[in-house]
Amino acid sequence: MANLTYREALNQALAEEMERDESVFLMGEEVAEYDGAYKVSKGLLDRFGDRRVVDTPISELGFAGLGVGAAMVGLRPVIEFMTFNFSFLALDQVINAAAKMYYMSGGQISVPMVFRGPTGAALQLSAQHSQACATWYVHAPGVKVVTPATPADAKGLLKAAIRDQDPVAVMEGELLYNVKGEVPDPEDGDFIVPLGLADVKREGEHVSIITHGPTVHIALMAANKLEKDGIHAEVVDLRSIRPLDVDTILASVRKTNRAVVLEEGWPFAGVGSQIVSIIQDEAFDHLDAPVVRVSQADVPMPYAKNLEQLAKPSADRVIAACNRVLYRS
Amino acid sequence: MATKVHMEALSPTMEEGQLVKWLKSEGDTVENGELLAEIETDKATMELVARGAGVLRKILLGEGSTAAVGEVIAVIGEEDEDISALLPATSGKKSEAADKADAAEGSGSKKEDDSDEEPDSEEAADSDEDDASPKKDAAAKKTAEKAEGGSESSDASADDARSASSAASPDGRVKASPLARRLAADEGLELASIQGSGPGGRIVKRDVEKAAQEAPAAAAPGAPSLAPRLSVPDSADDVRDVPLTQMRKTIAKRLVESIGPVPHFFLTIDVDMSRAVAARGRVNALLEGTGVKVSYNDIVLKSTAAALRRHPECNAHWGGDHIRQFNRVHLGVAVAIEDGLITPIIRDAHLKGLAEIATEVRELAGRAREKKLKPEEYTGATFSVSNLGMFGIEEFTAVINPPEAGILAVGALEERAVVVKGEVQVQPRMKITMSCDHRVIDGALGAGFLRTLKAILEEPLTALV
Amino acid sequence: MADTKTRRPSAGAEGRGPAGKLDGFSKEQLHTFLREMLLYRRFEESAEEAYAIGKIGGFCHLHIGQEAVALGFVGPLRKDDYALTAYRDHTQALAKGVDAGAVMAELYGRVGGAVGGKGGSMHIFGADVGFMGGHGIVGGQIPLATGIGWAIRYRGGDQVCVCFMGDAAVNQGAFWESLNMAAIWKLPVIFVVENNQYGMGTAFDRVSALPVVERAGGTGVHAHAVDGQDILATWRLTEQLVSDVRNGAGPQYVDARTYRFKGHSMSDPVSGTYRSKEEVETKKREADPITILRDRLFDADLLTQEEIEKIDGEVREVVDEAARFADESPLPSPEDLYSHAYAEINEHGRLFLDGRER
Repeated sequence: MANLTYREALNQALAEEMERDESVFLMGEEVAEYDGAYKVSKGLLDRFGDRRVVDTPISELGFAGLGVGAAMVGLRPVIEFMTFNFSFLALDQVINAAAKMYYMSGGQISVPMVFRGPTGAALQLSAQHSQACATWYVHAPGVKVVTPATPADAKGLLKAAIRDQDPVAVMEGELLYNVKGEVPDPEDGDFIVPLGLADVKREGEHVSIITHGPTVHIALMAANKLEKDGIHAEVVDLRSIRPLDVDTILASVRKTNRAVVLEEGWPFAGVGSQIVSIIQDEAFDHLDAPVVRVSQADVPMPYAKNLEQLAKPSADRVIAACNRVLYRS
Repeated sequence: MATKVHMEALSPTMEEGQLVKWLKSEGDTVENGELLAEIETDKATMELVARGAGVLRKILLGEGSTAAVGEVIAVIGEEDEDISALLPATSGKKSEAADKADAAEGSGSKKEDDSDEEPDSEEAADSDEDDASPKKDAAAKKTAEKAEGGSESSDASADDARSASSAASPDGRVKASPLARRLAADEGLELASIQGSGPGGRIVKRDVEKAAQEAPAAAAPGAPSLAPRLSVPDSADDVRDVPLTQMRKTIAKRLVESIGPVPHFFLTIDVDMSRAVAARGRVNALLEGTGVKVSYNDIVLKSTAAALRRHPECNAHWGGDHIRQFNRVHLGVAVAIEDGLITPIIRDAHLKGLAEIATEVRELAGRAREKKLKPEEYTGATFSVSNLGMFGIEEFTAVINPPEAGILAVGALEERAVVVKGEVQVQPRMKITMSCDHRVIDGALGAGFLRTLKAILEEPLTALV
Repeated sequence: MADTKTRRPSAGAEGRGPAGKLDGFSKEQLHTFLREMLLYRRFEESAEEAYAIGKIGGFCHLHIGQEAVALGFVGPLRKDDYALTAYRDHTQALAKGVDAGAVMAELYGRVGGAVGGKGGSMHIFGADVGFMGGHGIVGGQIPLATGIGWAIRYRGGDQVCVCFMGDAAVNQGAFWESLNMAAIWKLPVIFVVENNQYGMGTAFDRVSALPVVERAGGTGVHAHAVDGQDILATWRLTEQLVSDVRNGAGPQYVDARTYRFKGHSMSDPVSGTYRSKEEVETKKREADPITILRDRLFDADLLTQEEIEKIDGEVREVVDEAARFADESPLPSPEDLYSHAYAEINEHGRLFLDGRER
């Protein structure tokens, strides 16, 4: 086990996969000479050369589509968006091309590629640079979406995503890049976290906090505080939103009978909406309280520090939600 | 001047009366002292006479419906007299259909019918808790409305609603979380009887758990619940719902008051098992090699089923406002398990042979001990049997598993000296004690059933006759 | 409908070369051109009829009038080269080698269709013959072609990728972004604008200050213009460009000037507010690529009336057979609804969230 940052873990995953498979290449803005806007690709240009680590013009639609085209003929592109906020320029290629190609070609042409980059809010970056983008991607059948919260998950999921036969969006947390954690050593074998497998980051029997991505850490903070109050919260980190580990969600809810669904994104038609829908559909008789959601405020992200604090989901809001489903006031 | 016709106290203990038949119709001329109606009291059917003269202007209580003593059930007046002041406040606006509905509801409509001049009817309503639930709902409704309607809809009034005795909302729906509903069903608890502590009085898990703890620990055989909980009949032909007579209602109420929620009484018989022992030997010889072995308890079960077929009044449930008699016999068999007991059911036991019953009992008991029974395998019995003979218990009494009306407690089979025709003989004997719910089974009925059972056990061929 | 009988006034003998040849093409080659373009024409006419009686639904964009572009820019490719286009894709698919029956059955929405009935008219694919699809979003296929070009270069191959687009597509950002990237990385892509002068009902000169050929300006991609109704010209140009690209010349851009004889799609008028009936009739009379080739062959004594009628009869049989195949092909089975949504069904988790897996 090595203690790595989330950034280093991603870098390791990229390097290992590029080493393993000649068809893998990394392309995006500032990924090569600049070592990546968030330094995830640090050193890769030197190691793999400019054929496989490629700086692009600022043309999100163009290079995202280029990745899709390359994947259509068998390469395994890793397309980095400097942030997923910018990927909205490329959504036609993600949704209309990558997601649908296998289906509309009747299974002739698959698109084994990865879109990756940071998503969600950092600090005071305001409206256009602070949004959780998972919902946009996960909405389209044909795309897979993973949201690692820890360095180990970041490495294992990115490696699994690169090897998957379908387009996978690996959504990294902008505030997680410096987070450290234990990551299995490469010498101990290929470390893969399979898609579609949630991880119970903390066990508890009183309430399930179901979340993904950066808010996993908020959930854990909330659970720590609740512990002092005698409340044992279970934190379910989905890790993968599509495929979705419904079994783990249901098992947790059946155990605790209460759920708080936490996400960084907006509430309307958010990932949480789907989770709640599944819970009411498949665990209705196990619920002792309506499921409560915690999300970003339903407004664009403000700049002012105090307003930004209010807009983001916080441990306090998660605790309040837990108390609500526990009928504690 | 118009006269109100009240439900009168026609017996010293009567609190309410059922209108059997109106002897006059609306519009008929009525003389003072003339017979108006037949009323069934707790003791007998009595006649109600007019306390005024004129025309029977309005009938307020339908035939078959019940009203508390003191309640206005009709109005007598002059042909063109305005009697609206004497009618229940709302009835003037009501359609005929609504009137009919009210009449059909019987006492349930009483709340609305109360006028200020009739203060004692309020007491009557409060005093007979045993009666139909609509009344309770109406009371809850009133409380809830009070809480919600108040202009000072502060937290205090919301708390009032919360602390109301049930989670019934104004529309009569009981608010409970899905989990609470499931747990209450598993525990056999009626949601309406549980106090909700959640928002708006919602019944949540902790409320059901609390209620389950507070319910008497049913240590004796059977009894997951004391509340009447009638199973859905398999078909209308399989059951006969007997409306409660006033007498039956009074018996039920009095016995509950004196003994407890289920008024038990006990009947014991001592059975000569000589022929049953011989029969068991022959049966098991026949079954040699099949792996099936018939026990004495299996013989008791088979015999009980046969006897119940001849005494459907004992194969019955108490339904609160009626008794349900079953044609089919679903026998509950009490099985001791690690941390309690459970009563799996031999369905249609009257149709099953000894070998089949023996096999089924083993199988169900096995799974009961592994706690793998499905709910439908331990709910819906029409009658139960508990056997502690294997523990050497000579005789005991079992607690009835409501809504069933009876349970047999089967003691050990043992050789005892008995006097037969002046001579002492040694016979295999078995004592069986029947617990009866007196609301359903009177002493003579229970005795009749036990006599049949004894006859079958003492001469198994009887079952074939 | 291409008229194989009425001979048009002579187009002159300027192209006539050595005996048995025209512009260096052999008689056999020329007859193949005629046969191919007639096949495309008859195929589209058959589709038109089938659409009219409800056998084909949805959007259906016919290529009638533009056959010399499809054949000219696809015909000279090798099987391992790639071609892809927008939603007016039937004839390019045929040209690249997708079976006529499979294309027709796809239009009919049948299981025997090129993509099993999943795509319809706008999404014909033939990956095995390098036909990388009909794509439904204007300009959406241009980045894909760039990516295919990228992959060719990445692997060091000598294939080329021909990317068709309509004239209206050059106004999309994807167009400029793609040409720019193709140029900086010298990708082996030939971008062919099927300049039929109208983006649906909007004349190109109303939405572009510059003509199509100049729109690649500023990207560094070499631009060419060609008479798209002249199969000999389009074929010849393509041969040259493919050769250049294989030799590392980098991306090429072609303004292929053509004309659509039908409405934008089957649900759009042939003429009306945006172009006159006279204009269409004149073009059909004077700029039908099949008639042009036929007359040149007549003039060069490389074709007889009997020969063209025989060819026409043969292609009609092919098309009739394709229609019969489509008609007889069954509808997709209900299970096909969920097939091909994902290439890899992961071991864990649910991919479909509509309750299907329960």
